[in-house]
Amino acid sequence: MIPGIGTLTQDTLWCFSQVKGTIEIGTTEADIISTVEFNHTGELLATGDKGGRVVIFQREQESKNQVHRRGEYNVYSTFQSHEPEFDYLKSLEIEEKINKIRWLPQQNAAYFLLSTNDKTVKLWKVSERDKRPEGYNLKDEEGRLRDPATITTLRVPVLRPMDLMVEATPRRVFANAHTYHINSISVNSDYETYMSADDLRINLWNFEITNQSFNIVDIKPANMEELTEVITAAEFHPHHCNTFVYSSSKGTIRLCDMRASALCDRHTKFFEEPEDPSNRSFFSEIISSISDVKFSHSGRYIMTRDYLTVKVWDLNMENRPIETYQVHDYLRSKLCSLYENDCIFDKFECVWNGSDSVIMTGSYNNFFRMFDRNTKRDVTLEASRENSKPRAILKPRKVCVGGKRRKDEISVDSLDFSKKILHTAWHPSENIIAVAATNNLYIFQDKVN
Amino acid sequence: MSAEVPEAASAEEQKSEHSMHPWSFQLSIPNNLEEMEDKVTSPEKAEEAKLKARYPHLGQKPGGSDFLRKRLQKGQKYFDSGDYNMAKAKMKNKQLPAAAPDKTEVTGDHIPTPQDLPQRKPSLVASKLAG
Repeated sequence: MIPGIGTLTQDTLWCFSQVKGTIEIGTTEADIISTVEFNHTGELLATGDKGGRVVIFQREQESKNQVHRRGEYNVYSTFQSHEPEFDYLKSLEIEEKINKIRWLPQQNAAYFLLSTNDKTVKLWKVSERDKRPEGYNLKDEEGRLRDPATITTLRVPVLRPMDLMVEATPRRVFANAHTYHINSISVNSDYETYMSADDLRINLWNFEITNQSFNIVDIKPANMEELTEVITAAEFHPHHCNTFVYSSSKGTIRLCDMRASALCDRHTKFFEEPEDPSNRSFFSEIISSISDVKFSHSGRYIMTRDYLTVKVWDLNMENRPIETYQVHDYLRSKLCSLYENDCIFDKFECVWNGSDSVIMTGSYNNFFRMFDRNTKRDVTLEASRENSKPRAILKPRKVCVGGKRRKDEISVDSLDFSKKILHTAWHPSENIIAVAATNNLYIFQDKVN
Repeated sequence: MSAEVPEAASAEEQKSEHSMHPWSFQLSIPNNLEEMEDKVTSPEKAEEAKLKARYPHLGQKPGGSDFLRKRLQKGQKYFDSGDYNMAKAKMKNKQLPAAAPDKTEVTGDHIPTPQDLPQRKPSLVASKLAG
C-alpha cells in the first residue's frame, strides 16, 4: 500500500490512534454518526449524528518532546445544529439527522462550516474567546444593571484573559428551498456560493443571502408517474467555479457548466458505463445507483461509489470509467437477502487521499477498504475495539468466499451487516483517516518510523 | 427452479473439458441451454430467481416509479400534528399519566396553536463523542 505522500517503496502500515464514543450494547439511535469531514488544513475534524449534533475535534499541537506521536484529536466544540421539526402541510416528520457537513476555507480567526439535514442548511461560525471585558460602568460584575444615579466615577473597561471558550453560533439559515430530501452540499471554489442538492433539484446559494436561491438543475418530470431516476449526490469542481457534477440512481454522472445556461438541465458531459444486457437482473439498477461522487483533488478525475464497486472516471472520457475496484463482490450472491433487509440501499461514501493515489470506502462488519491506484494493491482493515491499543498496527482482514476458511479469514455468512462503515474521511495532506463505525469514531494514522 | 439445476449439471457432465469454477460453464454452452444456464451461473440471476420465488408479485420495473416515489417520501407520515406530538410524548415517557390531567394541557378556552402544543424536546444530552 503506497502512502499518500512520499516513499514509493514501502507499504503503509496503519495504526490505531484514537476512538471516540462509548461501548454500548444497543446503541441510542441519536448517537449514530451520519457524516465525518476534515477541514481544509486537517486541523479540525467534524462529525454529525442522527440526533442533529455536531462535534468538532481539534488536533493538538505536536509537542517537541513526543516527536513520534502525532497530534491527537480532542474535542474542540459541540453544538446542536438541527432539531426535529414537523412539516404540518404534509404531516411528515423532518429528521434532525445531519446528512452532510462541509467546511469553508478559513479566511479569518473563526471557522465556518455548513451543516444540513433533509430540509435546511445552516452556516455555523465557530470562534474562540479568550478575553473578557471587565470594569463596566453601567453593569456590575454579575451583569446586573446599576442605577446610573449611584455612579460617581468613570472607569475604562479593560480586557482580561479568561479560560478559552469556543462558541458556535448559527450565522445563516437557508430554509424552505427543498421539497425533497437534501443529500449533498458543496462549497464552490469561489467561496461565495454553494449548492444544495435534493432528490430532484439542485439549488445555488450565495452565503450572504438566505431568502433566495437559484435552481440550477430540475429533473422533476411533469408527470410523476414518469419518474425514472433521482439525484443521489452532487459536487462542485475543486477549481472551476462554473463546473459541477451530479450522480443518479441509474448509475450515471452528469457534468454541467453554469456558463452554458441558467438552468443546467442539459448536461455538458454524460458519464455512463455501457451495461451488458445479458447480465441484467432485477438488482442491476439498484446496485448501480451511485451513492457518492467525489472530485479528485486535482480536478481531473471523479470517483463514484455504487453498491459493489468504486469507479474512477477521467473527465475527458465519458463512455466508461478508467478504473473499477471491487469492494465486496462476494455480496453478489447475497443480493436477495440484502434486498430483504434493506442493506442493498445502504449509501456508502468514498474518499481520495491527499495526493489522489489511494481511495478508500467502507463495507460491512466494520471493514473498510483502500485501493492504491498506482500499485493496484488493495487492503481490507477493520475498525474494532479489539485492535484499539495505542499505535497497534491494523492487521489486514480477508473474507473467504467459499470452501475452506483459513484461520484468520471470516466467511461471508458470518459478516455482521448491522456494522456498516458508510462514512470515512482522509486528512487533506497526511495519512490520517477518520472512520465512523455506527456510534464510534476511529482515527487511524500510518506508522511513524 | 430446483429442477433446472440437476439438468444443467448433467448437461455439463457431458462436456469434455470444463474447469471447476461454476461461472466458466457459460463459455461453451449450446444455444438451447444458454437461458437455463444463465440462471444457474450468474449469482445475481440466481438471487433474482430466489427473490421472485418469494415475492411473485414484485413489479416488473424494479427501479421504477413506485420504488423511487417511496424513496422521495422518506420519513414517517403522521395523520396530523396531534398524532405526531402524541407519538413523541409516548416515546419520551413510557408511562402514560394515570388519572390527573397534565396541567400544561391546552384545552377548552381556545383552539391550540402549534406553539402551544408541547414540543418534543431535542436531545439536551451532549453527544457521547464529546465525553
